[in-house]
Amino acid sequence: MSAPETFTGNRGLQLEEPLTFETGDPALSAVDLPPVPEAPDRLGGLAREGEIGLPGLSEPQVMRHYLRLSQKNYAIDAGFYPLGSCTMKHNPRLNEKVARLPGLGDLHPLQPVSTVQGALAVMDACAHWLKTLTGMPAVAMSPAAGAHGELTGLMTIRAALEAAGDARAKVLVPESAHGTNPASAHFCGYGVESIPANDRGRVDLAAFKDKLGGDVAAVMLTNPNTCGLFEDEILEIAEAIHGIGGYFYCDGANFNAIVGRVRPGDLGIDCMHLNLHKTFSTPHGGGGPGSGPVVLSAPLAPFAPLPYVVHGPDGFRLVEHAADSDGRPFGRVKGFHGQFGVFVRALAYMMSMGSDGLRQVSEDAVLNANYLLAGLKDDLSPSFDGPCMHEVLFDDHFLRNTGVSTLDMAKALIDEGFHPMTMYFPLVVHGALLMEPTETESKETLDLFIATVRDLARRAKAGEADSFHAAPRLTPRRRLDETLAARKPVLRWTPPAPAADAAD
Amino acid sequence: MRYLPLTDRDRRDMLAAIGVAGIDDLFRDVPPAVRLDGPVDLPPHQGEMAVERAFAAWAGQNLSPGRAPSFLGAGAYRHHIPAIADHLIQRGEFLTAYTPYQPEVSQGTLQYLFEFQTQVALITGMEVANASMYDGATATSEAVLMAGRVTRRNRVVLSAGLHPHYREVARTNLGYLGMETVAPEPDDDGGEADLAALVDDATACVVVQNPDFFGRLHDLSALAAACQAAGALLVCAVTEVVSLGAVKAPGDMGADIVAAEGQSLGNGTGFGGPHVGLLAVRQKHLRQMPGRLVGETADADGRRGYVLTLSTREQHIRREKATSNICTNSGLCALAFNIHLTLLGERGFRHLAALNHATAAGLADRLAAVDGVTVLNDTFFNEFTVRLAKPAGAVVEALADRGILGGVPVSRLYPDRPDLADLMLVAATETVTEDDADRLCAALKEVLA
Repeated sequence: MSAPETFTGNRGLQLEEPLTFETGDPALSAVDLPPVPEAPDRLGGLAREGEIGLPGLSEPQVMRHYLRLSQKNYAIDAGFYPLGSCTMKHNPRLNEKVARLPGLGDLHPLQPVSTVQGALAVMDACAHWLKTLTGMPAVAMSPAAGAHGELTGLMTIRAALEAAGDARAKVLVPESAHGTNPASAHFCGYGVESIPANDRGRVDLAAFKDKLGGDVAAVMLTNPNTCGLFEDEILEIAEAIHGIGGYFYCDGANFNAIVGRVRPGDLGIDCMHLNLHKTFSTPHGGGGPGSGPVVLSAPLAPFAPLPYVVHGPDGFRLVEHAADSDGRPFGRVKGFHGQFGVFVRALAYMMSMGSDGLRQVSEDAVLNANYLLAGLKDDLSPSFDGPCMHEVLFDDHFLRNTGVSTLDMAKALIDEGFHPMTMYFPLVVHGALLMEPTETESKETLDLFIATVRDLARRAKAGEADSFHAAPRLTPRRRLDETLAARKPVLRWTPPAPAADAAD
Repeated sequence: MRYLPLTDRDRRDMLAAIGVAGIDDLFRDVPPAVRLDGPVDLPPHQGEMAVERAFAAWAGQNLSPGRAPSFLGAGAYRHHIPAIADHLIQRGEFLTAYTPYQPEVSQGTLQYLFEFQTQVALITGMEVANASMYDGATATSEAVLMAGRVTRRNRVVLSAGLHPHYREVARTNLGYLGMETVAPEPDDDGGEADLAALVDDATACVVVQNPDFFGRLHDLSALAAACQAAGALLVCAVTEVVSLGAVKAPGDMGADIVAAEGQSLGNGTGFGGPHVGLLAVRQKHLRQMPGRLVGETADADGRRGYVLTLSTREQHIRREKATSNICTNSGLCALAFNIHLTLLGERGFRHLAALNHATAAGLADRLAAVDGVTVLNDTFFNEFTVRLAKPAGAVVEALADRGILGGVPVSRLYPDRPDLADLMLVAATETVTEDDADRLCAALKEVLA
């Protein structure tokens, strides 16, 4: 253990910050409220008694608390964030501004529909852009995030199969899939069977066809896949799954690679979720909120969940009940009408970029990834031959016998001022390093990143393993003990034992 | 194209460095037949002014609750959010960070989530809370699935007082895993018979809501005891978390799982989303809990820090054996919740709750004096049900014509129940002024005359 360098533990601009629960005084509040008027108590004897245990602070104390916390975070606003499969692109602030306009940000979901025609128009316009970009006839807007979209898509597929009297039993998922794919299949009541990859990093078509039978409901494929490669036999895959009466689900997490250049509808896809918080620039917010609309092919469209917007002679209408639907909705997946605030942001982005700009997005995203591949291929070990799509996959062969792991590389990159790439995913290669630069990075940024990674690779090969193991050294915290956290879970603050009070 | 930093010269230089002649060479794995030659049929790019103008026009077509006396609730509540909260959540370090997978550069997110978990556990009266779910409806559904795993039973009782969207989402999700639902319909005044009679030894859980959809408060202790005796869990949903500053916490009445909608703190009603789901449980059921958890630990220098933990429950490790498929949750909405509750503090939270209750109680008495209005609730927090002398749907439209968002007609959520067509839910938060109440009462007199 190294001693703190300063009396306070602070290091210049890096300020230590306790939990709110350890500061302030319960007598304080940062909100001035009007006095409570005289009124009868209607709580029926169920008034809450005793202290809840919340702390009290004034507004300036609250400001400092969160500002100091914010300064302990890396963010796309601060620097390069090449996290593979996460599409960390610039988040335009225009989107934030329009999402907060009075009349959009403050609407109540159950206002009379006559008073929210503009909001329904926004939902309809967002849906129109998503359908046109994907070449699909319908979209279910309500899923709250990508995984929720997967589940919704599979429920739609199941409803269509059940309507045909043949629910089927299993879903095929490649080994390289996001963990959410098999989990979503399970929560839709399907068994999961894995499809192997071939030595080119794509679905092994022959092995896939061998697994096809009357019990297969769907195949779930990410395209481009998580190795950063386009599934070049996708038309054959679509034909094969349709041939046995199954459906083709596509995980749209990587849509940024093809937006404006390829329409999933032209690939024979029946169902695909779109992560609006990836391709369509809405902020990740430290883990959400997302939004995962699901585009649907014509055979699946009638089974889309409630609610949805339709346009009639009297303007827009919200179909909220099965009895009002001319389709056969399988149910409801979320309260109210979906992540409206995220729709607003995504639509502002799509309108800003336009059809020409969105096409440029995928071109630049793919160009940037291939530029990383070209710059790093001699020092790292690319898992597959190029070209790649919007992300590039390396494995840890280049670190063999260096004593340095993928994790160590990631932590060393942190000291250099970069967010690390995705580590150890996908599972199909050893010690994966998956890098996704996105289109919003400049050539200068990529050049510096390439030079930095090459320098780290050379240092690793030169036997400097110890310095890697010590990284990161310059962060608010150094490596954290995850084993301890899991072995003795401390998931909330608890007041110190009374003995501590006595000692005061 | 203001979001794209590459110049044409950069692009040429980069293609040369890659060793290809043109961008199409990088897309060569895409079958030629499906490559688009040019832009799809959508408008071209636009500057900020044009986009802003379009959204201002859309916003102008809506009646903003900020410009109208508003009494809407039914699962989404308009509260005043302090200016500092919206400022702080827009700091780029919070707004534009990803999920905190690299804890050394994510201590800000991890610490606020740890504080959030603590706050949620405290206000619900539970032992452990997770780092958020999508919303109250999906959190409730996850709670039910969790109860199924804990009890290894598959029969679920859903109260008639549970928000209809929560009921529908739960019913949608449960069928796929072979779970069976028993969901009694509300009586014609929104009440229901004692649920304890429906609990048997095959029951995984009973799901109630407090305050319920019609605004009534319930002492859950007896039902909790009945559940416990039968080996079932009691799940309590809360759609208005501000109530927890005034009403006995579900955990203190014996609930085993609390699933709540956290929107009221820090988050606008936002036309229904994004909101933030809360999920709090007993420590003994922790391993069956869905969603992310942040835990305390130490770094290599022995200093306190925070990490995502117990991830062996989650999809990225366990795949189809995970406790849920959830990945992205509601991080930023959880931050807004955390900041607002921190601003309020113990004293402010209690005060805000008392203010809501008194405002609603005052309004209820005034509405009861209007001809054609009957207040049905004996108990409530900040929302109650009234029976009107005319169909509530038409009354609400007539009030909207007068610039008043008067309430939610129960028929909006129960269109197939003509016997509920004259019921309206009325919510009154701290944002309702005396003048708002005057206008509602006067307008109702006119409309019901």
